Amino acid sequence: MSMPRHLRAAAALLFLSTAALAETPDLGRPATPEEIALWDISIGPDGAGLPPGNGTPQQGETVYTAKCLACHGEKGSGKPNDQLVGGLGTLTGDQTPVKTVGSFWPYATTLFDYVRRAMPFNAPRSLSNDEVYAVCAYILQLNGIISENAVMNAQTLAKVQMPNRDGFLPFSRQK
Amino acid sequence: MGRKRSAGDVPELAAGNGILDRRALLAAGASLAGAGAIAARPALGAGELSMEPWMTEPGAPFVGYGQPSRFEAKVVRTFASAPGTTGTGASRTPLQRLNGTITPNGLHFERHHSGIPDIDPDAHRLLIHGLVKRPLVFTLEALARYPMETRIAFVECGGNTGALYQKEPAQLDLQASHGLLSCAEWTGVRLALLLEEAGVEPQAQWLLAEGADAAGMSRSVPMKAVDEALVALYQNGERVRPSNGYPLRLLLPGDEGNMNVKWLRRIKVTAGPTMTKDETSKYTILLPSGKSLQFVFPLEAKSVITNPSPGLTLNGAGLYEISGLAWSGYGKISRVDVSADGGKSWAPAALQEPVLPKALTRFRMPWRWDGGPAVLQSRATDASGYVQPTRAALIAERGTKTFYHFNGIASWAIGEHGEVRHVYA
Ligand code: HEC
Repeated sequence: MSMPRHLRAAAALLFLSTAALAETPDLGRPATPEEIALWDISIGPDGAGLPPGNGTPQQGETVYTAKCLACHGEKGSGKPNDQLVGGLGTLTGDQTPVKTVGSFWPYATTLFDYVRRAMPFNAPRSLSNDEVYAVCAYILQLNGIISENAVMNAQTLAKVQMPNRDGFLPFSRQK
Repeated sequence: MGRKRSAGDVPELAAGNGILDRRALLAAGASLAGAGAIAARPALGAGELSMEPWMTEPGAPFVGYGQPSRFEAKVVRTFASAPGTTGTGASRTPLQRLNGTITPNGLHFERHHSGIPDIDPDAHRLLIHGLVKRPLVFTLEALARYPMETRIAFVECGGNTGALYQKEPAQLDLQASHGLLSCAEWTGVRLALLLEEAGVEPQAQWLLAEGADAAGMSRSVPMKAVDEALVALYQNGERVRPSNGYPLRLLLPGDEGNMNVKWLRRIKVTAGPTMTKDETSKYTILLPSGKSLQFVFPLEAKSVITNPSPGLTLNGAGLYEISGLAWSGYGKISRVDVSADGGKSWAPAALQEPVLPKALTRFRMPWRWDGGPAVLQSRATDASGYVQPTRAALIAERGTKTFYHFNGIASWAIGEHGEVRHVYA
């Protein structure tokens, strides 16, 4: 059959790629739900993945003083490492922007996710879930986002409204 | 300097202040004033051609893994760590001391959020789960049996050149201003193939990629980035260096460096973005309105003159080759223009082949410096037609309160003694 050359080439390519699809090495082994639960530490912005447990700002202050203060300063004021509290109102105008959990972060779930996976910097993954809820509660309370008596858990943390929640625009290329 | 041309063979001026036609140096077949000429050239003296001591005895023995000449000891990364930490911060590629387009593995820039993990490849696993029909675990041994693909791609930190947003021109050398940029040949398994085996559910729009470092560095990646994504095992022919993600890294050609998650341990297929720390607190572009652009993934077209550049000095008036790098996260570089009069006049530079999509492209331009004031600039255009903006245009749009994704034109002023200074022009 006569077929234009470029079409023949395309047909051959199509054949090759479907053949490749049909035969993949398939050398992964199925992961069990228990294994996945052990590794899946990410928390969605809707709170999906938040574990059982709870904590209050007061309990969090104890955790913070023992395990965070040396690097993030008195009441999250920063120095030597990131400032965690304050900065509201600095995103506009001429002043230097002070981006903190309080002034900049759009979701409280991110705070739980990040502290649990990465902090305290010198001993990540060492806090219990209760301690993580508590220290998050303390940081949120210092930022004036939740009250002193609030209890943070999987339900309440996901509902916290962060001040800069609507501060982000999805990017699209102009050209 | 160089070979004298015969009369009537004077290279044509292509733009103001001594910019010559891009073919002028090539046509002469002469390698005139490249990087070498910019460093002070020792005067020819009597006895220079005497017997070299290294010809009078046998040389050094073999070594298992080679190192550069001891005379190249200055060609190193520079780095800084967050207060109280070591290995958390960034190291920068000495672009001003390299040529060509490929970054040697020991000089590839680094950005780590909790140091470099010392991963035993036999104990490392890659888990793919979430919105998939079959969650899968891969060993390195298994992945090494998959069909592989090789491509050359640049990696640039989203924070590279952030200092150029500042109101006053920072007096930094090129390494400090632009050194969070490297380019390598990467070899690995197409992520699409692994996802296909796992069977992605129709509602899946994003992935979460997570590293096995002590920061558990994680980023959300839109599904469309998977088309070109590699799970890279090799970097410039050898296993990926620990500082670049050994034994596995995600490679997303053209997308901001932070998304190219190193030490890749987990891919979770999701419906929406996870909103990790690094895609909210960091790597977002704060605009004058107080709103921030989020999920700015590909890096826009950008270029910079690496030679001459701040920190280097021209050794007297005469013919030089201006040389630099251009790149775009959206594809190939189609054109680079060079100016010696601060952007008043431009001429197209020669692009070194091969020009590859989402890879560094080397450009070169002959220039006759008359010893007077000059401001050198380069301006990249990519295959999509996007033209690298002036700094002023970029600042007009974004203000000076952010420091991510700066891709404006950089200006190098040449002083009367040949010194090179960063200016805003
Ligand atoms: C040894 C010093 C140290 C200790 C102790 C420490 N941190 Fe950190 N923290 C850091 C460093 C360094 C970073 C920045 C990491 C990076 O570069 O990604 C950081 C980042 C953070 C951030 C992100 C800040 C931002 O705006 O992006 C939060 C939140 C945080 N730490 C909370 C905590 C909490 C809560 C504790 C105690 C449980 C803690 N840290 C203990 C050093 C420390």
